[in-house]
Amino acid sequence: MNALTLWFHKIGSPPTFYRIAGALAPWCFGIAIVLGALALYGGLVLAPRDYQQGDAYRIIFVHVPCAWMGLFAYGFMAVNAFIALIWRIKLSEVLAMASAPIGAAFTFITLVTGSIWGKPMWGTWWTWDARLTSELVLLFLYLGVMGLYHAIEDRRQAARAASFLALIGIVNVPIVHFSVNWWNTLHQGQTVRLMGESKISGDMVWPLLVMTLATHIWFFASVFARTRVGLLELEGGKDWARDVALSDAPRESPVTAHG
Amino acid sequence: MADFFAMGGYGTYIWPAYAVFLIVLAIDAIAPRLRRKRVLAEIRGKLRRRQAREATP
Repeated sequence: MNALTLWFHKIGSPPTFYRIAGALAPWCFGIAIVLGALALYGGLVLAPRDYQQGDAYRIIFVHVPCAWMGLFAYGFMAVNAFIALIWRIKLSEVLAMASAPIGAAFTFITLVTGSIWGKPMWGTWWTWDARLTSELVLLFLYLGVMGLYHAIEDRRQAARAASFLALIGIVNVPIVHFSVNWWNTLHQGQTVRLMGESKISGDMVWPLLVMTLATHIWFFASVFARTRVGLLELEGGKDWARDVALSDAPRESPVTAHG
Repeated sequence: MADFFAMGGYGTYIWPAYAVFLIVLAIDAIAPRLRRKRVLAEIRGKLRRRQAREATP
């Protein structure tokens, strides 16, 4: 094995990843909270009022980053699901299953904040148009992956079945993204572009981008925390997991490592 | 200050939206901590049962 493959195997081994993720997670949570607070201050206090929507547009600072995260989390889940199905790497199964509830959380926030934003701007909480419906399908896909994972007894078989569903569902990701171009929809088009000029002023765009960064870091913090638990669950019979369990319990009745 | 919370008349929409954002992410952070406690307790339980089994001839 060359050095890269060796390194990859080392990172991919559950106890090593458990340790690394444990060291990174608190930092990620901390940085995400600081950046998020900064973005909230920028979005709620510093950014000017929109000439058309007044202050109502400020929902954008949570709505849009969460919408992006809903798609990003799906991509992350699908890549890991793919690796899990092809190479049967345990860590990838756990990573894929860890990202599903986080993606569901972000998609849920997107739907609720979008609905709250829609009421004063469009005059309705909900409409069955392309963007909204495909976003709802995205939430159902996440819930389907989570449901399938919990419906099967054997954890590894469950992860592979759910990974398969996750891969099929990826067809919905471009539909969500391009729905505002492909169909006539109530939802406004893309305002922030990676390529070319954004249709939004600078003092509005920086809180949006900082919040986007914050939610990405939050995603990884949460993935790390959830993957750690998932690995413990999967490897509960192994020595390293027992050591973690024993060193964690000071007040229960004594259990010795070598009984 | 009251002006800030009124949000130009849209306060009743903006604050619930931000509340949902913060509450859902708080749950997202707490959930794995609770599950971790449960999983570790399960591992210790299994270990204890096995030791009890091995102790009785």
